[in-house]
Amino acid sequence: MKTPTPTTTAAPDAQAFHGSSLELRNLTMAYGDIEVLRNVSLTVAPGTTTCIIGPSGSGKSTLLRGINRLHEPKSGDVLLAGESALTVNPDTLRTRIGMVFQHFNLFPDHTAEENVALALWSVKGMPKAQAMDRARQRLAEVGLAERADHRPRDLSGGQQQRVAIARALAMEPEVMLFDEATSALDPELVKGVLNLMAGLGRRGMTMLVVTHEMGFARKVADQVVFMDEGEVVEAGTPAQLFDNPRSERLQRFLSEVL
Amino acid sequence: MDWLNTIIRTFFDFRAMAEVMPQLLAVGLLNTLIISIAATVLGTVLGMVVAVMGISPSTWLRVPARIYTDLFRGLPAILTILLIGQGFARLSQSVFGPSPYPLGIIALSLIASAYIGEIFRAGILSVDKGQGEACRALGMSYARSMALVVVPQGVRRVLPALVNQFIAIVKDSSLVYFLGLLVTERELFRVGQDAAVLSGNLSPLVAAGLFYLVITVPLTHLVNHFDNKFRTGRRRPAPPTSGLKEVKELDAASPLTTGSNT
Repeated sequence: MKTPTPTTTAAPDAQAFHGSSLELRNLTMAYGDIEVLRNVSLTVAPGTTTCIIGPSGSGKSTLLRGINRLHEPKSGDVLLAGESALTVNPDTLRTRIGMVFQHFNLFPDHTAEENVALALWSVKGMPKAQAMDRARQRLAEVGLAERADHRPRDLSGGQQQRVAIARALAMEPEVMLFDEATSALDPELVKGVLNLMAGLGRRGMTMLVVTHEMGFARKVADQVVFMDEGEVVEAGTPAQLFDNPRSERLQRFLSEVL
Repeated sequence: MDWLNTIIRTFFDFRAMAEVMPQLLAVGLLNTLIISIAATVLGTVLGMVVAVMGISPSTWLRVPARIYTDLFRGLPAILTILLIGQGFARLSQSVFGPSPYPLGIIALSLIASAYIGEIFRAGILSVDKGQGEACRALGMSYARSMALVVVPQGVRRVLPALVNQFIAIVKDSSLVYFLGLLVTERELFRVGQDAAVLSGNLSPLVAAGLFYLVITVPLTHLVNHFDNKFRTGRRRPAPPTSGLKEVKELDAASPLTTGSNT
């Protein structure tokens, strides 16, 4: 039995984040003629965590990619801190929205700290030495101070994903998007990475988390969104969705996964 | 053993070889290397431009790159060299002087760039799409993500294919002789051929051939060696580890929640 760490002890560098609000209005997205997301509306309050659950192919990942415009929405609007994200320069928009991918997508020919520092100097124009300093700080926050000079292939999946999280956080985003961030991890490491994510939420980051981890959604989310066939079927607090699912589709989904 | 003597006299007349050796070294080898290296450098630069155009989202860049590649890859090298070497002789005279040497290098570069462009394009396209997406998600522009992350990875993968292309250029450099080179500009093949006419046997050409092999064969093996090294040599061997080590590391990273989740 482990003695629980007193919950008052904050991490050494745990500064607060200032998450922005996020709102989707009738967001519709299409690949060619096929609409993969239809009229999705969603409000995420600043500093809250929203978990998006649902079967594969239900449009969860597409939804995230519409928010930072990796895929341009067909119609509807995305409001970041109250202003439309679709009318600003997409590159500028993306510096304000961090994204973490299922398969990490670290740069294999860069060390961990170079991975984190790259966008700092190349996008934010920070002097390289300062960018590397910042990178090492962010890596220390995710417990990787000693692995700063390792390349991704010398890191485990869990370590790689933490580098990816540090890389996104280093840009000081207002919103973080997680696209099945723990789906490719060793089972033993899933909880640790989820804890790390939960910590970000507690420190005030606005987070949109696409996940298959129902335990995480129930425990950490302020809002849970259930999607199927490109639409939001049901949204509400974890208690509402997990304990009192109203739609038959969600009842069915929960009976299969829980 | 009459036939054996004939073969030796025709192909391995060492006196004829020895006679042509100084010229092969000082003139032939030197010019072959100058032409090949210059054409490779130019062809690589042009090839990168063609490759980046070829994968561009813009049709206005993609289509010209496609046509350029089809043209220079589809025509026989000798025809391209003659068309360019003689067709632009006037223009070249006002820029480079009377020698066709620079035009020969340019013609070889154009041919090489079509092939090298395809090599680069394949390499760049083979890089996982997630790499570019990760860059874009961090706010990098398309150009910057290409230049800093995607292209360097793609190029590293195709280094062996590039060396193959260099070997092809070394061999094609012999075709430049069709343009009529000055005595001091002759490359290996031309030096060998001129000497063969004088000596009355093929031994000088055999000697020239040996020089080609001296350039090309070691390169092939060198590149295989480096390819293997890059593929397998960079992973540090590690003893088996316990997953618990990392679990502890994770707990340390988020002390607020240790043991409280799930």
